[in-house]
Amino acid sequence: MVKVTFVSSDGTRREVETAEGETAREAALFNDVPGIDGDCGGVCACATCHVHVDPGWIDRVGRLKEGEAEAELLQFAEGANEYSRLACQIPIEAGVEGLVLHVPDQQY
Amino acid sequence: MSFDTMELDTAGKVAAIPIDEIDVARPSLFQQDTIGLYFDRLRKEEPVHYCRESYVGPYWSITKFDDIMAVDTNHKVFSSEAKLGGIAIQDMHSVEGALELEMFIAMDPPKHDQQRKAVTPAVAPSNLLLLEPTIRERACQILDDLPIGEEFDWVDKVSVELTTMTLATLFDFPWEERRKLTRWSDVTTAAPETGIVESYEARREELIECAMYFKGLWEQRINEEPKNDLISIMAHSPATRDMPFLEFLGNLLLLIVGGNDTTRNSISGGVLALNQNPDEYRKLNDDPSLITSMVPEIIRWQTPLTHMRRTALQDWEIGGKQIKKGDKVVMWYLSGNRDDTVIDQADRFIIDRKNPRHHLSFGYGIHRCMGNRLAELQLRIIWEEIHRRFAKVEVTGEPERLFSNLVRGITKLPVRLYAR
Repeated sequence: MVKVTFVSSDGTRREVETAEGETAREAALFNDVPGIDGDCGGVCACATCHVHVDPGWIDRVGRLKEGEAEAELLQFAEGANEYSRLACQIPIEAGVEGLVLHVPDQQY
Repeated sequence: MSFDTMELDTAGKVAAIPIDEIDVARPSLFQQDTIGLYFDRLRKEEPVHYCRESYVGPYWSITKFDDIMAVDTNHKVFSSEAKLGGIAIQDMHSVEGALELEMFIAMDPPKHDQQRKAVTPAVAPSNLLLLEPTIRERACQILDDLPIGEEFDWVDKVSVELTTMTLATLFDFPWEERRKLTRWSDVTTAAPETGIVESYEARREELIECAMYFKGLWEQRINEEPKNDLISIMAHSPATRDMPFLEFLGNLLLLIVGGNDTTRNSISGGVLALNQNPDEYRKLNDDPSLITSMVPEIIRWQTPLTHMRRTALQDWEIGGKQIKKGDKVVMWYLSGNRDDTVIDQADRFIIDRKNPRHHLSFGYGIHRCMGNRLAELQLRIIWEEIHRRFAKVEVTGEPERLFSNLVRGITKLPVRLYAR
């Protein structure tokens, strides 16, 4: 199991454990972490699992790549910035043990 | 109606039609609400289906949830460009005398992206928070004025009124003249067959009148400090302020239609669905917190836009079928929303579903409905306020439906209210 921490917009921290091979979206939904909608089912099609990766983790997780579907969707999301990713596109593997993700106020 | 007949369908009759003669573009199928029989058959027998002949020419139907998702998210292969035909089964720019509107829903990147980004802030969650108190206050006024125990038309008195006043709020539109917005929305999507306009010439004239009116508002807003209404946002944003006239008009009408027909019909559709499913109505009365999951379920159930259309930019295979460059591809959201291989008991209206937002009504990918949160907000407010006031909104007669293969509309819904 891999530990992931979700920080909500009011600063509340929720540490969850999730299986390798899942995504950060599933880590949130399966553990009832509020603030992640994931309407499309996790296929990078709706941008309602938007998270800001903690700056200390962004290079490990990787940044948005221009021209790819994830970046195309997130350009319309409220509050998107250089740390933005879709949780459904962040694979959970041993290398991200301790990952910190910030959940925006609302998904759009 | 030369291209369509009004004979009523039954499951037996639909089953007897040779599969390659099925044509789901006929507006009467939606007006009679028998279209589901056709989609059931296509999903089972030929989920990616080619119709060779119809009044809108040849087209592909995509009827299953996952195939629709694959087309909707592949905008590099499946174009929305107006000049190729646009986003509806009937080609844009194909009718002589019709006004050729340009709107970003019918554009591909990069132009689509710039224009959408410019207007998105008006309907993003933080702006909605500012709008919510006004929308609620106006919703309360509408509901407080309704007669108890007397039959009236829910569509006219509630659904149209509520969406119109929300639009007026969003545009900061002159309040007393707000029904103009409803009229312009109806006219934009109208073909002469619908009876809404006499001819394409008459439609053109009304839309020009609409454009002139908005031009006046635009000139007023551009000389004021930027505000958070849509006209001010468009007048001040670098991506939209120098728009050519038909593009300006097109995008305004897009926002009006997008925010009008769709929510209007979901408000009516919810009342109808609860009446057709009394157990669900009971659940709601026992536990109004279910409104949160009921709202997306209503939007799935109604599917206020039956489809979106794309044009293939290259040959592509879907569901084992070869789609050719230039082909018209129709994603039937209404069908995908009844696909029980993805949605559990898809043919049932269930207000406490586990995954209620996993539906196709807003589309997916870069053209996904920009007003989705506003739509949900309006529905949530209206149902919260209905619940406070009325024990039941009872449907007292047959609903009347719109003659359209695009807008799944309820034009009349007689009801009677019972006070709580």
